[in-house]
Amino acid sequence: MTESEAKALQAREKAEISGMTEQTKPGLVFTPDVDIFETEKGLTLLADMPGVKAANLNIDLRDNVLTLDGEASVPEGDGETELFAEYRTGKYYRQFNLSEMIDQTKIEATMTDGVLRLILPKVEAAKPRRITIN
Amino acid sequence: MLFLKREPSWRTLNNNWSPFEELSRMRRDMERLTDGITRGFTRGAGAGVFPLMNLTEDSDAYYLRAELPGIKPGEIELSVTGDSVSISGERKIAEEASDAKYHRRERESGKFSRVLNLPGPVDVEKVEASNVDGVLTIKLPKSEAAKPRQITIK
Repeated sequence: MTESEAKALQAREKAEISGMTEQTKPGLVFTPDVDIFETEKGLTLLADMPGVKAANLNIDLRDNVLTLDGEASVPEGDGETELFAEYRTGKYYRQFNLSEMIDQTKIEATMTDGVLRLILPKVEAAKPRRITIN
Repeated sequence: MLFLKREPSWRTLNNNWSPFEELSRMRRDMERLTDGITRGFTRGAGAGVFPLMNLTEDSDAYYLRAELPGIKPGEIELSVTGDSVSISGERKIAEEASDAKYHRRERESGKFSRVLNLPGPVDVEKVEASNVDGVLTIKLPKSEAAKPRQITIK
């Protein structure tokens, strides 16, 4: 961040998903916020999925479609009654079409403090090669 | 607690009293009453201040929760007085490789600060906070005086 003064975070409600084929289990489905960047080596995706444990997250890549599907665990204990609720919890779901060729065997995923970091390395053939013209 | 605000009766008696007026007043009162029952709590981005919070209670404590993904416990400043909680911090998003070309940038960074009033006094000494999977939970035990007490009738 180049600015010396960090800007103030704005409160936003999570975006509820629309247009997905209806799921069999009832419940809310949200679109996680993501950052996606590309380097020579591959793509990196960061997704905010608070409340999702690594064990409850499914990452699927087939036919160049990447699917993220995570279920947030319910933190409320038994016997707690709600006084007010400004945010809602549920499932996170998002799909991406990947144009790059990804080396499926080298995908790495880590989950830290509710943030998924997914590293999708490009296959050798897709890495740019400098071609010298004689 | 629900308070019904009544229009002073002299007005309805005095000038233009009509049974219709009286009926609509009753309807308004009824709506306010049922509203209070079905919407005992607020939903949605209430105060509109980051972070959005959920508050629950059981007989012993209040539980205040907020979703703060990617924020380390050490980066959150928390202070509790008798019946209010103040939370502040900064969400930082690390700089990535210099040759990184962004396709999408939706995650936001920045500072936040929020003060929230609790419905009752809490025991400041016994407050516990934990941050699991990006969800901050603050357990605020109710002060002894404010706890509901079972009284046996002799």
